[in-house]
Amino acid sequence: MSAFLGAFASHAFLQHALAAGVLASIACGIVGSYVVVKRIGYLAGGVAHTVLGGMGIAYFLGKSPIGGALVAALLAALIIGWVSLRFRQHEDTIIGALWAVGMALGIIFISRTPGYNVDLMSYLFGNILMVPREDLLLMAGLDGVIVALVWLFRKQFLAVCFDEEFARLRGVPVDVFYLGLLLIVALTVVILIQVVGLVLVIALLTLPAAIASQYARSLAAMMLTATLLGVIFTSAGLALSYEPDLPAGATIILLAGMAYLLSALGRGIWLRWHRTTALPEAKP
Amino acid sequence: MKPVIELKDVSFAYDIGPPALEHVSLAVGEGEFLGLVGPNGGGKSTLLKLVLGLLRPSSGEVRVVGGTPQESRRVIGYVPQYARFARDFPISVEETVLLGRLGTTRLLGGYRAADREAAHLAMTETEVLDLRQRPLGTLSGGQLQRVLVARALACDPLILILDEPTANIDMRGETEIFDLFKALNQRMTIVVVSHDIGFISRYVTRVACLNRTLLCHQPVPIGLDVIEKLYGMPVQRIPHGEACEMEAKP
Repeated sequence: MSAFLGAFASHAFLQHALAAGVLASIACGIVGSYVVVKRIGYLAGGVAHTVLGGMGIAYFLGKSPIGGALVAALLAALIIGWVSLRFRQHEDTIIGALWAVGMALGIIFISRTPGYNVDLMSYLFGNILMVPREDLLLMAGLDGVIVALVWLFRKQFLAVCFDEEFARLRGVPVDVFYLGLLLIVALTVVILIQVVGLVLVIALLTLPAAIASQYARSLAAMMLTATLLGVIFTSAGLALSYEPDLPAGATIILLAGMAYLLSALGRGIWLRWHRTTALPEAKP
Repeated sequence: MKPVIELKDVSFAYDIGPPALEHVSLAVGEGEFLGLVGPNGGGKSTLLKLVLGLLRPSSGEVRVVGGTPQESRRVIGYVPQYARFARDFPISVEETVLLGRLGTTRLLGGYRAADREAAHLAMTETEVLDLRQRPLGTLSGGQLQRVLVARALACDPLILILDEPTANIDMRGETEIFDLFKALNQRMTIVVVSHDIGFISRYVTRVACLNRTLLCHQPVPIGLDVIEKLYGMPVQRIPHGEACEMEAKP
């Protein structure tokens, strides 16, 4: 650990990595809370994997991969959102289809791209240790946009996540806010994929918020808790992976997964113990 | 009496299955307390959804305070039959009630002081003010129902529509909540769906019996013959508690 702290003070790449972890945690803590309470984790996964298709096509055409990713993600979010609003019973089939077709498209186009071969692993797991300064600024910008949108429309987003029918009856344009939420998810995925990879985005989007949901009493508290947990997981993951030279992204994911498992188990045991000790008192 | 809800020869069928409603004509006057009764699958919830503008009739016309249901949505306070949300959703009682202010409050940012005041008033009236900081998931069925009524009242409605409001409540809670509706009826029109015709006939001013079509609508008290017509078979009377006023009538 002291080796990590020493290296942290002298190496800019570690400071960048830590900053990337914090910035990613903010976006994921806020957006992930919506994903968890609205139960659209599978949907977010579908959007995230479709991105690969857009990137592959962009590479093939010689365009910027992030542009391709953005188009693919926004398109996927709109298609999935429209299907889920109109034909709810087919939602998971459509998501599964887009998920698989998107990845397959990406791989086909990348394989036909002349010149160089792109390392697919870097899209799946990213490399948080090689985040350039411009990407940090991009992430900070994304965080700003997300915080502003959520701050301005927090009532509507809460209403749409909590009780769609009632929101509709109060004149809230539910479809607009639902699709808006999916577009924010897509935007978050695209920006963060560049930095930390597909798998870490999904992990950061769901695990901290899922842990927070077991304790938080309000959506705002859940977002704050999830963000803090994300910061803890990314920083601790970086520190733990440094000396044994483990892949940083994977270490962070395992840490978050383990924390989720422990939290769920601990809570289950505590609730059961609470119930069995409370029962005898309830009897007259 | 000025009708606030009007259904003119309304029919409705879902995509699959037989028609849910056929040729229903019904007018609800201002200040009425209408009980909507009928067997399961008789179209009660469908009729409410038509009035709320969540469904559009296949034929016929629905008017609410002179406009289409979509135009008039904001004058209606609605209490659904089942909680349509996850019980473990991280939200407090007060936040839930405040959602009733959507459509009245400003578009951006948080709520105004006037919204908090309206929510406060609604929670006082439904006696859930003490619970306002509690997470929704920790409430009992009766407390949750009162919170949902408070949310509907926070809309400042002209019409209160309740779908089986006592489905998850014990007998005592049922009496208490209908006493509350009776008091609210002093200032607003109420439509309540129920399967317990005997119980609600002590409170409502009129009963409408629905089984795919409108079988009858008449002021209380209603007779046994009506109930038999409604269920299509002889009905046995079982007195429960005080809710057997109906039996006293010939």
